[in-house]
Amino acid sequence: MIATRDAYGETLAELGAENANIVVLDADLSGSTKTGVFAKKFPERFFNMGIAEANMVGTAAGLASVGKVPFLSTFAIFAAGRAWEQIRQAVAYPKANVKVVATHGGVTVGEDGGSHQSVEDIAIMRAIPNMTVIVPADGEETKGAIRAAAAYKGPVYVRLGRNKVASVFPAGHKFVIGKGNLLVEGTDLTFVTTGLMTAQAVIAAERLKAEGISARVVHIGTIKPLDKEILQQAAEETGAIITAEEHSVVGGLGGAVAEFLSEECPTLLKRVGIYDRFGTSGKSEELLKYFGLNAETLVEEAREIVSRKK
Amino acid sequence: MKEKIAELEEKARRLRVAIVKTLHKSQSGHTGGSLSAIDMICALYFHKMRHNPAEPAWDGRDRFVLSKGHAAPALYVTLASAGYFPAEDLMMLRRLGSHLQGHPDSKVTPGVDVCTGSLGQGLSMANGMALGLKLDGKPNRVYAVLGDGELQEGQVWEAAMAAAHYKSDNLCALIDANRLQIDGFVEKVMNVGSIAGKFRAFGWHVIEIDGHDMAAIVGALDAAEAHKGQPTAIVAATVKGKGVSLFENKAAYHGVTPSDLELPEALKCLGCFD
Repeated sequence: MIATRDAYGETLAELGAENANIVVLDADLSGSTKTGVFAKKFPERFFNMGIAEANMVGTAAGLASVGKVPFLSTFAIFAAGRAWEQIRQAVAYPKANVKVVATHGGVTVGEDGGSHQSVEDIAIMRAIPNMTVIVPADGEETKGAIRAAAAYKGPVYVRLGRNKVASVFPAGHKFVIGKGNLLVEGTDLTFVTTGLMTAQAVIAAERLKAEGISARVVHIGTIKPLDKEILQQAAEETGAIITAEEHSVVGGLGGAVAEFLSEECPTLLKRVGIYDRFGTSGKSEELLKYFGLNAETLVEEAREIVSRKK
Repeated sequence: MKEKIAELEEKARRLRVAIVKTLHKSQSGHTGGSLSAIDMICALYFHKMRHNPAEPAWDGRDRFVLSKGHAAPALYVTLASAGYFPAEDLMMLRRLGSHLQGHPDSKVTPGVDVCTGSLGQGLSMANGMALGLKLDGKPNRVYAVLGDGELQEGQVWEAAMAAAHYKSDNLCALIDANRLQIDGFVEKVMNVGSIAGKFRAFGWHVIEIDGHDMAAIVGALDAAEAHKGQPTAIVAATVKGKGVSLFENKAAYHGVTPSDLELPEALKCLGCFD
């Protein structure tokens, strides 16, 4: 089990050795975001911008315009939130080749509390045209995602977490932007999940099997552009969808799936996540339980949605 | 040099005529701030900056960021005059389908490197360019034009702090201080105080000039290039609407264009008698 931010730090340093044009920016959080790993190896290509996120984003846009491939990092609430308009104007609008890799997304930020726990970042990044939005499930997927982001020409937002997370993908897993992953076959309902909720969905599916409920698990690593094919198949073949994310039920994965299903194939839907409220201080594991972001909740919701199908 | 200055002054006069005609045609856009900035933009494109209109992406070019993006008409008439695109395109400013967008758009206009328009963001981008160019050991310089009202945006100061910290001496910011913004005098709306004092306090080299004195502009740009170890801010005292007495020093002409009635008088002011 590794933390997605550690996988990021490691991969970024590897990429730095492979591509001399990669530069990295941070806002006084390089120890936490792990951009510090790159900074140690390539100090002349690392720019600490201090506690000034808006300037950091604009600076990255300028670096991209002279041919660099900038990766910039800070906590999700500050990257997507504070610098939202700068990402919109300086990165997305000109289609600048800037990669915003935000760590500490969601409530597992823990003790720092609600001010630091972003429950909105997927929603507000998704709303921007030209943005690609990626939320990996585990360390291996993160390595692939960071490489894919580096190879892709254009704006990318990657959302990582704070803690070690259970493995979902095997070592060397190749990440394809825009392609979801069918992890568990099933026929009664589909868990459509992202981030750390994917591992929970796999556990929930296993438990449901014992009750005679066949749950499919589809991991959505790219929230935008959404893999409509895999979703349509799941909707048509299982007739009930439960989305789950470490994020508000407003506008994130749940919102994206609801938008698609309503228009293309109306299906029974339940969005699991943070129910339009802010986070709070506590230990990470405690908070996940407190907010019901676990396999237990998914099992309950599965029973409920299946009963609605009859 | 005297001849060169006279040439630049004449060029700026013609560019002012183009601004007035372009805005009269579009009936939408920013008159006052375009006219106050044009002398400096003229000096940059026709004297100081290394660039190639035939090759807008030429690697050896100096970079320009119009941070006060609403002065796009000033940039567009300059780019057209230099040959980046046909002058006829100016007649389509802000029209649906035109590459001459309301605020500079790098995706569609040759000669424009970044998208600006949301105030306070351009200096960050300019410093990013400066950092990247220096990292590659290139001698290219970066120029950014800002407004004085724009200095109310905090991000400008984040960028100023960073440029001094990183010793971006290949970066030169020109502040078009015409003392007016939309709601009135800058001093009355939200006083930015001493612009020169603030940039000096942030660790910049500062040169104060009359923003309509071509010889002073040229001298300042040369001095900025020669100055090492710090970025340079050229604080230019300007007149909003400069060149057309009808528009001079009037907040009203920030986003208002020359009407049919005003056009002939405006052109006469600028020495056009046809």
